[in-house]
Amino acid sequence: MGGERTAVLGVGQTRYSSNRGDVSIAGLVREAAYRALEDARLGWAEIDAVVIGKAPDFFEGVVMPELYLADALGCVGKPMLRVHTAGSVGGSTALVAASLVQSRVHRRVLTLGFEKQSESNATWALSLPQPFSVSINAGAGGYFSPIIRQYMARSGAPDLIGCMVAFKDRRHALANPFAHLHQADLTFEAVVESPMLWDPIRYSETCPSSDGACAMVLGDEAAGDASDSPVAWVHGTAMRSEANNFPGRDEVNPLASRECAADVFGQAGIVDPRAEIDVVEMYVPFSWYEPMWLESLGFAEVDHGWRMVEDGSTDIEGGDLPVNCSGGVLSSNPIGASGMIRFAEAALQVRGMAGDHQVDGVRRAFGHAYGGGAQYFAMWVVGDQKP
Amino acid sequence: MTDPDIPPRALAEAVVTPEALAGLEPVRSVRTPIRLVYDFVPSAAAQAYLRAYAEKRILGHRSPVDGAVFVPPRGVDPRHGTAIDETVDLADTGHVGNFCVTHLPIPGRDDLEVPYVSAWIHLDGADIGFLGLVAGCATEEVRIGMRVRAVWKPDEQLGPTAENVLYWEPSGEPDVPVGRAGNRAWRGRTDG
Repeated sequence: MGGERTAVLGVGQTRYSSNRGDVSIAGLVREAAYRALEDARLGWAEIDAVVIGKAPDFFEGVVMPELYLADALGCVGKPMLRVHTAGSVGGSTALVAASLVQSRVHRRVLTLGFEKQSESNATWALSLPQPFSVSINAGAGGYFSPIIRQYMARSGAPDLIGCMVAFKDRRHALANPFAHLHQADLTFEAVVESPMLWDPIRYSETCPSSDGACAMVLGDEAAGDASDSPVAWVHGTAMRSEANNFPGRDEVNPLASRECAADVFGQAGIVDPRAEIDVVEMYVPFSWYEPMWLESLGFAEVDHGWRMVEDGSTDIEGGDLPVNCSGGVLSSNPIGASGMIRFAEAALQVRGMAGDHQVDGVRRAFGHAYGGGAQYFAMWVVGDQKP
Repeated sequence: MTDPDIPPRALAEAVVTPEALAGLEPVRSVRTPIRLVYDFVPSAAAQAYLRAYAEKRILGHRSPVDGAVFVPPRGVDPRHGTAIDETVDLADTGHVGNFCVTHLPIPGRDDLEVPYVSAWIHLDGADIGFLGLVAGCATEEVRIGMRVRAVWKPDEQLGPTAENVLYWEPSGEPDVPVGRAGNRAWRGRTDG
């Protein structure tokens, strides 16, 4: 990876919840931004530019919200950039911010993703009637259900693997005070018995609707060296995308995903991801995507990802590759922030600052986001040492 | 890790409400329904597609690059950025490439009883699928590779819309093997 060495200097999150009725969108983003600045021990004046992302504007019905958020994010008179890549946007936004440091355009950049689902209708906002097709798809679950069905058919995975992922992530969330869902009394049986929404996807295998924002301050090598607290060094960044419907498309294991993973691990000098990555924050809005991405990203052989779920490899308790120690998207889903949370949690893990869901001795962590019809991908590898 | 219950220092001070507002009920939210009405002007390819639908015909576009057939036709092969002008008539039969059994009602589709099956329908002669409703059998009978045929609206109700096909019903023919269903069909064809 060429260019300026880049470090995560600070991370700031709001608590994720179904309704942050106490704040406006501007108040929500400012809260996360302040926390990131406090963590980085920097002030607004030391920030050169702001890069912001959220899911499509249709959700809250506020078009180009970045314009009115410039004040709340302290960037009046400074460069501001908005990133659009659907559900992967939080990850892509962080990568655009990183690129501004890597390219030496800016020295310190504030980057932030947010969503206020309580003011929106994310299930139906994008299901707009079109004359050349029938109105029949029931939101994202309706879109991903057939892909999961295909994965189950071709991998021969037991039917309850998805429930195991959901139960694991909800237990992980109990150790994360920022997580939306804290279901201390949830049992595995309750997950299995929750209603089918988009067969084979059960209610408890889907992500919640959350309000929230997540911010990071990224800096150049000098800024990283000057930091009093541990920083996370960026070892690799990659984005890829593909069309969502073309002849021969592998929807279960998209080419763009595989190529993105090969690129980011190549930059980080990683040959065997399972052995060389210590912890993973992966975008799993529907439970079955954990084994599917484990395979696509090279942590497991094709058709064997579900075995890592079954044998507990991805559990923070005793697993060799803990996945989504924060509780993941299955426990908090402020859509536009969800990708950035993955990237930020990966950074917190290598900084040793993940609190009660910290994994011991993390040297390299992987952050991942996907979006659209599993067609946009953003990934990074961060480490405790300079690349 | 910071504590979510402790606000950032800069936000820790309580907001002081002006005296003139004292005693008033705080406004927590304001609902402002918005509506955007727009005219849809179909492209040349979409116009031809929709007009053909009114005659119970389904059109596709064949790529000059490798012969792949797209439906609905868009006038372009999105893989290569190549213009397409070869139109082909497709059968109103095909197979289920994949599907979802949905237990949620869809706004604006009060006619659909849950659970219903939304499926990727791969028409005979086409190389990508499009979404369609599968009915005429129990939901648990629907499977990847199941052969289906179109059930059209009565002739007097036909119009330039994909909704002319009420649903797709099992045709009773032998299934397409799972490994050749949906997008796997194209890979099977091109990988040999």
